[in-house]
Amino acid sequence: MIEDWLERKQVCICAGSGGVGKTTASAAIALGMAARGKKVAVLTIDPARRLANALGLRELGNEERRVDAGVDGELWAMMLDAKRTFDELIEWHAPDERTRDAVLSNRIYQELSNALAGSQEYMAMEKLYELSQEGHYDLLVLDTPPTRNALDFLDAPRKLSEFIDSRSLQLLMAPGLFGLKVLGRGTNMAFSVMKRATGIDLLQDLGEFFRSFGDMTEGFRERALRVNELLGQRSTAFVLVTSPRREAVDEGIYFHRRLKDSGLPFAGVIANRVQRGGGPAKRRELEDLLGGELAAKVYDSYEGTRRLAERDQANLDLLRRRLGRTPLIEVPHLPDDVHDLDGLRRMDEFLFD
Amino acid sequence: MSALLDRRLVVVTGKGGVGKTTVAAALGLVAARRGRRTVVCEVAQQERLAGLFGVHDVGNREAELAPGLFSVSIQPERAMHEWLRHQLKSGALAGLLGHSRLFGYLTAAAPGVTELVTMGKVWDLAQAKRRTGGSAFDTVIMDAPATGHALALLRAPRTYANIARVGPIARQAGSIDAFLRDRSATGVVCVALPEEMPVNETVDLERRLGEDLGLEIDQVVANAVLPERFDAGEVKRLREAGTGAAVAAALIGEQRTRGQQEQLARLRAEIRAPVTTLPYLFEPEPLRRELELLSDRLEEAQ
Repeated sequence: MIEDWLERKQVCICAGSGGVGKTTASAAIALGMAARGKKVAVLTIDPARRLANALGLRELGNEERRVDAGVDGELWAMMLDAKRTFDELIEWHAPDERTRDAVLSNRIYQELSNALAGSQEYMAMEKLYELSQEGHYDLLVLDTPPTRNALDFLDAPRKLSEFIDSRSLQLLMAPGLFGLKVLGRGTNMAFSVMKRATGIDLLQDLGEFFRSFGDMTEGFRERALRVNELLGQRSTAFVLVTSPRREAVDEGIYFHRRLKDSGLPFAGVIANRVQRGGGPAKRRELEDLLGGELAAKVYDSYEGTRRLAERDQANLDLLRRRLGRTPLIEVPHLPDDVHDLDGLRRMDEFLFD
Repeated sequence: MSALLDRRLVVVTGKGGVGKTTVAAALGLVAARRGRRTVVCEVAQQERLAGLFGVHDVGNREAELAPGLFSVSIQPERAMHEWLRHQLKSGALAGLLGHSRLFGYLTAAAPGVTELVTMGKVWDLAQAKRRTGGSAFDTVIMDAPATGHALALLRAPRTYANIARVGPIARQAGSIDAFLRDRSATGVVCVALPEEMPVNETVDLERRLGEDLGLEIDQVVANAVLPERFDAGEVKRLREAGTGAAVAAALIGEQRTRGQQEQLARLRAEIRAPVTTLPYLFEPEPLRRELELLSDRLEEAQ
């Protein structure tokens, strides 16, 4: 089924809330497409160690590496380093070495590019764009970083370009931050109140920081617009990964609506780790087979499983009703944790049949 | 855990989807039962906590969920406004600045501001004399976001203390940072599931907390641990019986339980912090009754 979703697609973006198995699903999609002859790269951010090991990624590195997966096509994987991507962007955009060094050595840049909470989202998309421009792969699969809100990453390029367009950035980049008489009383007042609230040092440093960005802003703005365009292209497919738990389903419904409202190409939903149930157990038969004590334990455990299966189906029914005709794939809760190539292969039949 | 709940602030984090909110609520119940005036604060704008107690539409209020147990949802914009008002000693000036587009862009552009004001609000809740008014709390439990964002939150005060060097931001960020690093004031709980990736993330969190911030995890809570129902002899009999959906489900359950036990052993081996377990709940969604059960288990765990 996934194969149909990804026909003629060059980019597959897997989104969803934390803990639903996004990294695993992204890797399984990439492996499955590679097994079907495609040259695929999966981009992931800081996945758990063993999956990384299985994919041949022992450490953070900002370059794709070939995974020896024994497939007809090629599987490549990359673990994104947000800070390095940011540095690379600066190097790319800087008009000369002096500007580059001024930014890279700026105290604020160093503090923020390390701690930057929103940078992962933007950098993931930035890297995606870079790889799609290079055009070495048939398909790129992006495992989106865990965000508070599954959609934060969608806003990242727009926020960046809006900020660059804003008057405040122009102000900050103007020399002599506090001699801004020409800009009118309102702005001056805002600055003077800000001085009181923050302490002057911080604002001066910020001004210096943004000034050193100077000539690069146009490049950044252009780039952010293009990254945004990539998301809406017909060769891009969004896949929502969810668990059958109520919170994840609610978030999935919201996600679907937002994508539709934004006119972004939504391919379908993967409901991961769905508990499978069965008909009621016949207690008498279990007792005959196993004896009273063991039969009671088996019965209890089975009833627990059935309750969970009913809960999962009720939640998925809700999801189906709200999603209309959007296709949905159920991947059952497998007996073993999925964390290596074998585990990923076990998911294949559910994703691709 | 007793010592843990004597701290003024307990930060609860862990990988996404492991049950942080549930554990934060259960810890809150334990603290409140001991007579400590307790508030659980949500920072991810999810407002799920009150729902667990059947209380709805709490908005910005400090809502009482159970005797002595309150919840509050921290909204960065509001926290920023409170901070400005305190800083400028004037609601009007704070309003002027808060509504200035320039200021809005600046705070959006200087990443980490949201994290800083959020931590500032959490810190304020944990002070005996609160800047923003309101009665003091004995214990603040922070239902923090998943590990990556939690680290960004905990790091923000230090980042800003370093950037600002002098002035009011440097001073306040420095105080918050010192409070977070004072082990008699702040504790860290990491929630995990007994599965490969959550265990890895917990191990990783312990390392990064130590390296980046000099913090330690005080308690690991392994959540949703399946019951060990069958002994080896029984498993053998089940394999031999081998028929029917119920027996098959029992054997799959057994396989999962074994997998979990291996991961629990690995967690205990690789983590310095003590590990306590909470049972898997075979209920549709955790509600008040289940929360009580979990908090009983946390109390017993000492």
